[in-house]
Formats: sequence, structure tokens, C-alpha cells
Amino acid sequence: MQISVRRIDKTAILELTGSIDLSSSPAVRKILLHELRESRTPRVILNLEKVKYIDSSGVASLVEGLRASRDIGSRLLLFGLTPVVREVLQLSRLLKIFEIYENEQQALSA
Amino acid sequence: MPSFVLRILRSQAGRQVYTLNTDLLLKLEFPSNPELLCVVRGTMERLTERMGFAERECRSVTRAVDEAVTNIIRHAYRGQPNQPIVLTCYRLPKAVGSELAQGLEIVLEDQGEPPDPGRLRGRSLDEIKPGGLGLHYIRESMDVVEFSSSGGKNQLRLVRCLRPENTIQDS
Repeated sequence: MQISVRRIDKTAILELTGSIDLSSSPAVRKILLHELRESRTPRVILNLEKVKYIDSSGVASLVEGLRASRDIGSRLLLFGLTPVVREVLQLSRLLKIFEIYENEQQALSA
Repeated sequence: MPSFVLRILRSQAGRQVYTLNTDLLLKLEFPSNPELLCVVRGTMERLTERMGFAERECRSVTRAVDEAVTNIIRHAYRGQPNQPIVLTCYRLPKAVGSELAQGLEIVLEDQGEPPDPGRLRGRSLDEIKPGGLGLHYIRESMDVVEFSSSGGKNQLRLVRCLRPENTIQDS
């Protein structure tokens, strides 16, 4: 799993590459919560185009990030859901809970 | 030590699911290291493809096994990395009632702490909170989910039947 961070104005775009499972979800959680709770970034966007697998611990990290964003009044947005990621969020009944966009441009203009 | 069995049978058009684990396909013994989860997933993806499951079903069964192994590492072994896990897969020649059906039976064994039976019931998805989703994924993916614990060993049996449109390829 690789995580890179790009910043555009007051937005942080986290690009995740690889599989999010028990071995990598702690790192995802740490970076996401740091961005929200410590840096208090007003808008955090997750690029999931290159995520080939996500397990329940990965979904839990996203939910925790969403809750943190709501706590501090910022926004957490997702884009580029692969069929595998979409399937898992659907199975978790979370598709309507997250702000989900097709691509980066749409997420940035939302 | 007390032992218990929890059996969850997903409805198969009102029929019960019976299994005969006679045809060994695969046996993997590996330590409780999260870094090996990708190896387990890769193995299950190839095995389910080879058996003729549809692409979505391959992902579904692979996800169930991944979540089950994750639960063993996190809960039974509390994150200790070098504890034994055994994954055994059987081809099922007959599975659904008295009708001919084929499928895959997966047995996972560990020697960790048995789970709290209350936790095995899972949680409502109406609550938006992290955690507790793994068992839900397993239940949604498999036709049979059966947990037992006895003599210091835990065993999870998972069964997924091939749907009528799929057939098992000859090996």
C-alpha cells in the first residue's frame, strides 16, 4: 500500500495505491486522522482509483475519518471507486453515507 | 473448557444445506501474520476461478476468507504474529438437500481464544460506526457459516455452493 498526499489550496488529496487490509489499514487510518484532527484540513479527498482491495478494517478507517470530519466541520470526499471498493461499500450500506464522485475534477468542484 | 457451536445457515430457497468434505483441494498452514493476507487472497481467487465460480462470487468467497483470517489474527490471537492457522478447502460433490449441487467448503482452524458468542451475532448496519463489518461480509458471502470451539481449537466452516449456471471444471 502506498499513500501520497497532494495539496491544492485548503484541500488535501490522498492517493491510495494497492490493497487496504489488516496490514495496511492502520497507516491509512493514521494519515487520514492526522489530516483531519491535527492538520484540521477543511477538505480531504481520497483518490481510490488504484485500490484493488479493501477489507472491513479499511472500511472502518474510512468511517472513522468520516466521523472525524463531521466532528471538526470539514469534509471527506471519495472518488474513483473501483468495482471492488464500490461492492464493499454497498455491502456495508455506506454508499449513500459518503460523498462519492466519479473523478478528481468533480470532487474538487463539489 | 466449555465448547459451543454457532451455526448460521443462509436460506437456500427454504432448503437446508448439508456438506460432505471428502474431496481435498488445498491445505495451507501459515502464521498469523497480516502480511500474508494477500497470499491467502491470491490463493482463494485462483482456486474459486478454477472451480468455475463467477467473477463476483470469486471476490465474495475470497473476501469472506480474508475477513475470517483477519478475525483470527485480531481476535483469537490478539495480533500475535506467529501463531498457527490452517486453511483447508474441499470440493463438494453434493451440497444442497438431496439434489446434486457442487460447491466449495472451507475450514479454518486456530488455537487462539474462542470468540465471545455475543460478538458472533454481529451488529446492525443502521449504525454508522467503524468495526463489526467483517462477520457481516462473511455471512453475506457464504451459504453456511458454522463456528465451533473445543479442546483449545477453534474451527470455522464456510460453504459456498456453485449456482446452477456455473459448473466445476475438470481438474
